[in-house]
Amino acid sequence: MIPAPFEYERVEFVDHALQLLTADPEAKVLAGGHSLLPLMRLRLARPSMLVDITRIADLSYVREDGDRIAIGALTRHHDLANSELLQQECPIVAYAASGIGDPQVRHVGTIGGSCAHADPASDLPTVLVALGGELVTRGPEGASRTVPADAFFRGLFEPDLAHDEILTEIRVPKTGSRGWSYLKFHRRQMDWALVGVAALAPGRHGASVALTNMADRPIRATGVEEALAAGGDPGTAAERAPEGTSPPSDAFASAGYRQELVKVLARRALEEAMSR
Amino acid sequence: MATTQTYVGSTVLRKEDPELLTGQASYVDNQTMPGMLWMALVRPPYVHARITSIDTSAATAMPGVVGVYTAEDLDLGALPFVWPITEDIKVPVHYPLAKDKIRFHGDAVAVVVAETRGQARDAAEAVHAEVEELAAVTDPEAAMAEGAPILHEELGTNVTVHWSHGGGGDQSVFESAPVIVEERYSQPRLIPNAIEARGCLAYGVPAMGEYTLISSTQIPHIVRATLGGAVGIAESKLRIVAPDVGGGFGSKLNVYAEEALALATAKATGRPVKWIEDRHENYVATIHGRGVIHDCTLAGTEDGQILGLKFVEIADMGAYYQLLTPGIPELGGWVYMGPYDPKAYWYEFTGVVTNATPTDAYRGAGRPEATYVLERLVDAYARRIGMDPAEVRRKNLVPKFTEARPAISGLNVDSGDYHATFDRALEMVGYEDLRREQAERRDRGDVKQLGIGLCTYIEMCGLAPSNILGALRYAAGGWDACTVQVTWTGKVVLKIGTSPHGQGHVTTWAQIAADALGVPIEDVEVLHGDTAVAPLGMDTYGSRSVSVGATALYLALEKIKEKARTLAAHELEAAEDDLEFANGAYTVKGAPDRARTITDLAATSWQAHSIPEGFEPNLEATAVFDPPNFTWPGGAHICVSEVDTETGAVEILRYVAVDDCGTVINPMIVEGQLHGGIAQGIAEALFEEAIYDEHGNLITSSMSQYLVPAATEIPTMELDRTETPSTTNPLGVKGIGEAGTIAAPPAVVNSVVDALAHLGVTDVGKPATPERVWGAIQRAKGGAA
Repeated sequence: MIPAPFEYERVEFVDHALQLLTADPEAKVLAGGHSLLPLMRLRLARPSMLVDITRIADLSYVREDGDRIAIGALTRHHDLANSELLQQECPIVAYAASGIGDPQVRHVGTIGGSCAHADPASDLPTVLVALGGELVTRGPEGASRTVPADAFFRGLFEPDLAHDEILTEIRVPKTGSRGWSYLKFHRRQMDWALVGVAALAPGRHGASVALTNMADRPIRATGVEEALAAGGDPGTAAERAPEGTSPPSDAFASAGYRQELVKVLARRALEEAMSR
Repeated sequence: MATTQTYVGSTVLRKEDPELLTGQASYVDNQTMPGMLWMALVRPPYVHARITSIDTSAATAMPGVVGVYTAEDLDLGALPFVWPITEDIKVPVHYPLAKDKIRFHGDAVAVVVAETRGQARDAAEAVHAEVEELAAVTDPEAAMAEGAPILHEELGTNVTVHWSHGGGGDQSVFESAPVIVEERYSQPRLIPNAIEARGCLAYGVPAMGEYTLISSTQIPHIVRATLGGAVGIAESKLRIVAPDVGGGFGSKLNVYAEEALALATAKATGRPVKWIEDRHENYVATIHGRGVIHDCTLAGTEDGQILGLKFVEIADMGAYYQLLTPGIPELGGWVYMGPYDPKAYWYEFTGVVTNATPTDAYRGAGRPEATYVLERLVDAYARRIGMDPAEVRRKNLVPKFTEARPAISGLNVDSGDYHATFDRALEMVGYEDLRREQAERRDRGDVKQLGIGLCTYIEMCGLAPSNILGALRYAAGGWDACTVQVTWTGKVVLKIGTSPHGQGHVTTWAQIAADALGVPIEDVEVLHGDTAVAPLGMDTYGSRSVSVGATALYLALEKIKEKARTLAAHELEAAEDDLEFANGAYTVKGAPDRARTITDLAATSWQAHSIPEGFEPNLEATAVFDPPNFTWPGGAHICVSEVDTETGAVEILRYVAVDDCGTVINPMIVEGQLHGGIAQGIAEALFEEAIYDEHGNLITSSMSQYLVPAATEIPTMELDRTETPSTTNPLGVKGIGEAGTIAAPPAVVNSVVDALAHLGVTDVGKPATPERVWGAIQRAKGGAA
């Protein structure tokens, strides 16, 4: 498991990282490395250079921003899980972060790395989609974009992020007293979700339900949301969870099983969210 | 002979742990040498292909590359295979580098040595093999079928071996018994996953033709005895060192291509050569375990008496035989009666080669496979006749016996008290209460149903009586050896022929030696795993290091004490018969102030200033022990699990194990072995399975697809034990390294089936994955699964 040769630069400022990325189209950002390094060791990824951004100090934070919470892209999962602000104002994020991988992973993995990798089996992207969160990028010459979560995740490993852009911040709304749930089904505690469901109890704009690993990106379970809006109970509404999904079949589970599982998880998540 | 026992039987902290816990241990990869090169193997991405040509020119020209070699360049002999179990067995020739064909993913076609590990890997990637791809087959039943791709054309068939136990008792019960239960069970391949993958470092004195191989192996002596031929080095010029070894589980009970290639390239370059296996190579090139399908028949009465047990097995050999491959199912062939007493017995297996990694000994080796199908079958029988599975077992367990007793499979079981372990396990788990709770949950139609899985088992370990190994056509003996030396300062040095890799044997052996000689355990030093230090030995596998290895130690200690008695009598001017030995000292009967300690005698025997005539200086003795029988541990395991009937998820709520491994030397180490073994058994029951796709590619090719459970998946274990001494050895010990892995898989899978039995579920597959369990529920309900 020896990677092919590559250059390595550790940067302290976002602009320096952007310079390096602009100069080398084969360079890759190293945030936590949990997804990239295994691919490199298998020689399935062969970046010419790793731009290590983990020491950029001002990208790790969780702070209030009006009726939202702003999270620096380099904030570790462990810090999300233990943020009092998140625990009080947007607990679904803290909770989902607390269940990612194992303690070692949570101390190294970052929310920005997870989003920029855009693996549909990741937990936090689904939670962001359910919350209607936003992702903030920075590009060359100070250019910045703010992208809604459901637009940012475009496909399998395909974020709305150009080669010369870096994800800098993630923003989520305060959910206050609104009930919530994130349920994931996995074989081992440390594993990616076979299926996951993020649910927010009906609020001003109705309930919000999003699914992990049920398509090439995190998706809203619009069928379930509609059924709830039409007055359906969680059990009835959850029957519509497989609508519009295209889950993978792999060594862990078939697509058909995932589509059955998602109904059970959606019902349980809604029941939990609505009882909280 | 009365000695005060202070260590044996008590929890002594492990002597070997300080270096392991402080990072001062010496694994292969910690070792480096001046001028050392790194070796990398070229394993082309084919499963089955005819080699047309191999182009090494680009690789040869790469930075740091010292040599690139193909099979033709090195001209090595075939790798050793030592267990031709039948007269007419077909043996595929297995070269360290593939010559004509690639037959599985682990097959290498060339080897690169370079100045750095990265350079070697880069250059290996640049070797180009031109091939003609062939259809592949990884399913043994498909490989048996007409028209299947043939792996070894010279053999003309993929069916390379058929072995029959020959049966015992009256076979007519399989036709005539009132109840005949027939089931088919599959057990997929498993990947051993020692935490330290393999690795080796070869170096030598080329001018003298002398070579040393430091290898992460369980079997330095067997490597030395068998590898020389392949690489053209006389056994007497070859030294094998097993340094600290980070786990083996049978996967390092083998002689591998890479060991031959490291020696061959060290010879070719005149420089030390190191190879460290990466985890991907570990998955394709280190042996796999299991990979078997059994057709099972139980003949019984309506009231729960087992009359006959019959098993017909198909065993996946993989692309070649490794050291022991077809011997593994055969080894299981002696224990399919379990702790029961059927009147008829049958076992046979057919070995089939496939385009997959060779299978070989993996924790339990043959015996877990046997125990799994037997215990599943007993539960199926209980369901069929509507009897509680505990009652069926009670009716059939052999009553307590303390002298060796013939089993229907033909071997003599040393001792056993199966009812005691089973009754204790049922009591610990609260069996009746659990059955009540199960009934309540069933009545309520709970989403989460409760299952209670039972397993009563025996195992055959302490490998092995040499005459039986000979009768089974195994090439070597099963004895082991130990040399004990008491130095002139009174320190005790043990040089022992078995070689641990995590089991705590150093402590176990030191406990025995310290008690026997009456010295503090700190004064006992254990040397092992180096053929230059402890040249006699048969190594570590099959739970033999205490029952065989420590018995050799015990016998050597007895010799030391006898020798010391002679010297003590001389110095005390007393007759030998007038001496008694206690607390490490000989005293004259009736005159306790006239004493000589072992330490005193070690000094005077070394000085040799005044020794009896004919007395050889020094307190040193060697003993070799060839066991008269195997040892036969047994016990009962009970798994209580909760099955989510909506998702198929299984959660183990409790795990109770009561084992009998004979006399216990160190309870903490015994419990540690059980914890590891049960964890491995749970892994097998619920998580681990090597999966190949239709082209023969290993899908579960890394730890993210091959699900080794972590601590979060393993429940707290409630352990107890009984001690029925073995009659095979003077220590009364039996062995505990494999028990957990043998007993846990059926206990866990039985619990899952039991939880769903009221729905009509009779099988959930192994491993019992959520999807398989969910599918079984759907099928039982009559829905589409």
